[in-house]
Amino acid sequence: MSTLEIKDLHVSIDTEQGEKEILKGVTLTIKTGETHAIMGPNGSGKSTLASTIAGHPRYNVTSGSITLDGEDVLEMSVDERAKAGLFLAMQYPVEVPGVTMTNFLRTAKTAIDGEAPKLRTWTKDVKEAMSKLKIDADFAGRNVNEGFSGGEKKRVEILQLELFKPKFAVLDETDSGLDVDALKVVSEGVNRAQDENEMGTLLITHYTRILRYIKPEFVHVFVDGRVAEQGGPELADRLEEEGYDRYLNVKA
Amino acid sequence: MSETTTHIPAEKARIGAPSIPGFTEEGEDLSPINDNDSSPLAGASTKAHSHGGGVGVPDSSRAGRLTSTNVDDFAKLTGREEDWRFTPLKRLKGLHSDDLTGAAPKIELAGNGIAKLSVVPAGDALNGVAHTPDDRVSANAWKFASETHVVTIPKNAEGANATLRITGESPAAAAQHLIVVAEENSEATVVLDHVGSAVLAQNVEFDVQANARLTVISLQAWEDDAVHASSQQALVAAGASFKHIVVSFGGDLVRVNPSARFTGERAEIELYGLYFADAGQHLEHRLFVDHAVANCKSNVLYKGALQGKDAHTVWVGDVLIQKAAVGTDSYEANRNLVLTDGARADSVPNLEIETGLIDGAGHASTTGRFDDEHLFYLMARGIDEKTARRLVVRGFLNEIVQQIGDEALQERLTDTIEEELAATEN
Ligand SMILES: Nc1ncnc2c1ncn2[C@@H]1O[C@H](COP(=O)(O)OP(=O)(O)O)[C@@H](O)[C@H]1O
Ligand SMILES: [Mg+2]
Repeated sequence: MSTLEIKDLHVSIDTEQGEKEILKGVTLTIKTGETHAIMGPNGSGKSTLASTIAGHPRYNVTSGSITLDGEDVLEMSVDERAKAGLFLAMQYPVEVPGVTMTNFLRTAKTAIDGEAPKLRTWTKDVKEAMSKLKIDADFAGRNVNEGFSGGEKKRVEILQLELFKPKFAVLDETDSGLDVDALKVVSEGVNRAQDENEMGTLLITHYTRILRYIKPEFVHVFVDGRVAEQGGPELADRLEEEGYDRYLNVKA
Repeated sequence: MSETTTHIPAEKARIGAPSIPGFTEEGEDLSPINDNDSSPLAGASTKAHSHGGGVGVPDSSRAGRLTSTNVDDFAKLTGREEDWRFTPLKRLKGLHSDDLTGAAPKIELAGNGIAKLSVVPAGDALNGVAHTPDDRVSANAWKFASETHVVTIPKNAEGANATLRITGESPAAAAQHLIVVAEENSEATVVLDHVGSAVLAQNVEFDVQANARLTVISLQAWEDDAVHASSQQALVAAGASFKHIVVSFGGDLVRVNPSARFTGERAEIELYGLYFADAGQHLEHRLFVDHAVANCKSNVLYKGALQGKDAHTVWVGDVLIQKAAVGTDSYEANRNLVLTDGARADSVPNLEIETGLIDGAGHASTTGRFDDEHLFYLMARGIDEKTARRLVVRGFLNEIVQQIGDEALQERLTDTIEEELAATEN
């Protein structure tokens, strides 16, 4: 079992108006096999948390820590974090010109595992994973995310999740922009990864509808760069009915 | 990848008919502002291709450009001329102004023996079979080239393979003249492999006779200090196909101007280019496809990568579809990938169309940046920075590399791309 521990994390970004603090002390512990939902209104800092875990250079950690089984994650480069078993399914996956999906997936898998996958089984694995996620086979020959629709990009993120088998996955609004069918397909992919790899999941979402398909044991409500409340799945049900107003009013 | 489409000044885009079936263009508004009569293009084609005397009007149309074998017909360069405005003349090392009396690069032929190499004197009638200088440097090379190396691919030859290793051994400004004759119904690949160091003005002619299939690869693999201005002109006869691939990555200043004109119907021209500019390098490519006759097809694709401070690339693609060229199918594109700050890619496609009765004509120009978000995405998947950059550049340029049939050459280019990438990863 592995543990990802975030302690009193403060994160700021450089803006034209100067430094701006976005995360104002976030503490969160997640173990492999667990599913945590992070829910919160737009602008509350959810993506900031996700990107900071992955090591995006735009975010400056001013204090606090992130550790993976005691190892300092903040000391690791972006690729080292991925190799250590962290995965971020991005809210807005970027298009990478010139690199085919096939080439990309193989290169990443090789980097993460430290050795090239056996070509025969790998090709089969990719094909199967793609078909389960209802991704057309010809996507393999296309450039990474180039010209993919929003929904296709999200599926391709989950495809990587299934193929790379991380210890912890952060899913940043993977549900947004998906229709019901796609949401189901994507959720099944996440559940498969959890069952097969004992993955820990940090499910970031604005809406509750994905929680019908992916069941969290823990729910954290994120408001203004902090965890405002946490609890079990019942907290999500309450949010479904009441929205975030309660938290925003308290703040006001 | 952000896409910026080069804007084309309206007077550069002439369309003879308001509605052209199959006509496509990307990202710009071509408006039929000039009718044929008032256009400077009217009758322009009659001015082209004259020997001596300097006929032609220096207007903005490609067909109206001055052509002459006499260097004195061309005014001294100021750098403000349309076709020189991007070129740093100071770095031409006198190719445009001096006597080109230095030793020309050494030429050696390798290959499978089908193509023959001969040397003819400067006054030989073969000179000019497919070429008339259309700028001052080219005319200067014409004047000073003391001999001409001629590669002949015999009629009906199949699978001819010839590599001209062109080795520069002197920093003195020099001139060189080459001719490749692909006789009727022959099939050949000719590589012009430029290595060593030189200050060279060069004219290369390609006489692509009826039903011949000629592939040319002009490889500029010079040492860092080389200066090279090469005017490469082809005449492509009926039923022939001409595939020209420029690969430029070595040298301080490299300027290659390939131009190809159809002289017979049902012929095909493909112009490809791949360039990789490092810090301080100037790599310029100005090409011209002249659809002078009907029912021909052309395709142009140049791709370039730039990295380092003051890496500069220039691509100007002139495609002219003349009034007679009904049934033309033509497309040109230039794509640049800017890897670091401080590099600059200029890209100007010019499409002139004098007839509405064509199958298709289009152009595109994009300059994208390899930015931190690409890098972050790939690294977030465990790929280290070095590998991530390689992955992107290799993938980007591969489309052109694949056009090169020759496996050994492909491998050499792939290795070169790797070396270029390694150069800035310290
Ligand atoms: N590049 C940026 N410049 C200025 N403000 C930013 C930038 N990125 C994020 N922010 C601000 O940080 C806050 C948190 O953003 P984000 O983490 O994306 O929130 P969420 O994912 O919860 O919607 C917001 O107020 C947002 O406007
Ligand atoms: Mg967000």
